Amino acid sequence: MADANPPPLRSFAQAAQTEVDAVALRVVQIDGLVALKIIKHCKECMPALVTGQLLGLDIGSILEVTNCFPFPSRGGDEEDELDTDGANYQLEMMRCLREVNIDNNTVGWYQSTYMGSFQTVELIETFMNYQENIKRCVCIIYDPLRSSQGVLALKALKLSESFMELYRTQTFSGEKLREKNLSWKNIFEEIPVKISNSALVSSLMTELEPEAPATQCDFDRLVLSTNPFMEKNLEFLIECMDDLSMEQQKFQYYYRNLSRQQAQQQAWQQKRRTENAARRAAGEEPLPEEEPNNPIFKTLPEPSRLDSYLITNQISNYCSQVNGFAAQSFSKMYLMDAFHEE
Amino acid sequence: MVSGARGRLGPFALREHSCRTLPSPSPPLPQPSCLAPPSFSMAMGRTVLHMPSGHTGVVAKLHPTVLFNICDSFIRRNDQQERVIGTLLGSISADGTVEIRNSYAVPHSEQADQVAVDIDYHRTMFELHQRVNSKEIIIGWYSTGASLSPSDTLIHEFYGREVANPVLLTVDTAFSEDKANIKVFVSTLLTLGDRQLAAQFHEVQLDMRLIEAERIGFDVLKKTVVERLPNDLEGLEATIERLQAMIDRVCTYVDDVVEGQIEADNSIGRFLADTMASVPRISSDAFDKLFNDSVQDLLLVLYLANLTKTQLTLAEKLNTAAQIV
Repeated sequence: MADANPPPLRSFAQAAQTEVDAVALRVVQIDGLVALKIIKHCKECMPALVTGQLLGLDIGSILEVTNCFPFPSRGGDEEDELDTDGANYQLEMMRCLREVNIDNNTVGWYQSTYMGSFQTVELIETFMNYQENIKRCVCIIYDPLRSSQGVLALKALKLSESFMELYRTQTFSGEKLREKNLSWKNIFEEIPVKISNSALVSSLMTELEPEAPATQCDFDRLVLSTNPFMEKNLEFLIECMDDLSMEQQKFQYYYRNLSRQQAQQQAWQQKRRTENAARRAAGEEPLPEEEPNNPIFKTLPEPSRLDSYLITNQISNYCSQVNGFAAQSFSKMYLMDAFHEE
Repeated sequence: MVSGARGRLGPFALREHSCRTLPSPSPPLPQPSCLAPPSFSMAMGRTVLHMPSGHTGVVAKLHPTVLFNICDSFIRRNDQQERVIGTLLGSISADGTVEIRNSYAVPHSEQADQVAVDIDYHRTMFELHQRVNSKEIIIGWYSTGASLSPSDTLIHEFYGREVANPVLLTVDTAFSEDKANIKVFVSTLLTLGDRQLAAQFHEVQLDMRLIEAERIGFDVLKKTVVERLPNDLEGLEATIERLQAMIDRVCTYVDDVVEGQIEADNSIGRFLADTMASVPRISSDAFDKLFNDSVQDLLLVLYLANLTKTQLTLAEKLNTAAQIV
């Protein structure tokens, strides 16, 4: 089993790529190694949020992530220098990994998050950057805080096609969004994650699995105090609400201005019409009914809806987290209750 | 991998790519033997034989990431390559505990009695790893395979120049004894006067740090394919089921003891008493109050969350619906 040579994966991937370009991405298959490496990196740098590169193969509807490497965390140095430095690091690392036969194909990146607060414009920008070079890329999000509760909080995300199309044009007016029928739910698509391990690893782990009937994971899950998480969650939720209401105010301001402008326009046109009527009566040439140079005809820029969409997304994320926590806490409470009766 | 074009420094010589040449040990090493049997050294007991013995006091802590990494590089090794080696990164604490936290494979080639390690590669990789986590230093190296081979001493010597007392981790990926032997060694030099006779590898205590693996769950790590990740509630359900099974087992045990079918064991009894005592004693009224308060809090939060969600759906309809324009 262990002596089997690795199959010629690269050529296979290329063949797969040429054949099925149109197949939609269905599953992200992560190696156990990748999961462990991501967790190690994210945990070690815990208060800071970190990122890294995912390497793997794109085979039809499955995106295999077979390895990854961390990016050095950014210091407060100059931006330009850091960028070239980071690029060098990345190239060098890829070259080194290729030398020991690791898949040398970028399929996306991973990043850690704090209570699921990852839906930002930066994420979308990074995504668009990656998307330019790699057709199919994913972002794996790992939440170290949630994981300390005994959940494997790994998530694979990608931007939806329709959103990307819209993002390229950079117009997020209400009309465009209606036209595309794009709601905030459609910005990100979550892709199901599958974990795979080599037979070697699998047999090794089976042997190493401790005899103890209860593992650390079980203890983590049964911890009764979910309150700090709940509080943090609600705190973020409230912050988001504030942000959202700011956005709403922006819109209200815009609409007020818009209606005021429309009133002005109408008044002006009314005036022009009566004037024209008077001029016609006097036998003179009528003045044009529209005057593009007049400041009151300048269209007001509509504020972008992207931010409010993202905030909405964020809020809904927090809400589902709260729901999840609450459901867990309920189970634990009733478990405690049962214990007490015994 | 490593091309044969570069010159070799002779048998048992590690190739070095930098301009500095290898300081050759003088007098030249005799055929190094691994794990020299004690009888061999006892036979020369009369001379000034320096032979460190007994426990070295080193404890190695191994993180599962390293094992996964080693397995992966073993699977991805080159055609006709028998084993893979690589560098171990981690930390050494003052009391001699070595924590093996990270690793990377290093290309090497072995032919008969020669071994060549790509030192440039090793250096570059180390620098790259340092940029991510500067606290992880070189602590030794790993090799796959069931037993040590003579060339190991050479590689070990090389790593000896990187860190004072390198450790060697061997993982038997071939399962030659029908089980995965994972061993950690440190080496000590066996000298007779000024002459180095052999390098002796001592096995040291290995402590598997499986907590990270446990956190993810062995269910995920030991299967070859896991179709989907368990969500919060499913995980909790599995845990509660396990807890229930454990309680059932304890109950049957206690019943059996009470009925006299099994002889009572005092230590188990004490453990049980301790466990029972760990349930806080709260009067049932106080507990009810606590319980109800918590449940109400949760319900309130839940209500709020659902309200927010409804509000969002509503707001979306209003915002993107036909506008005043």
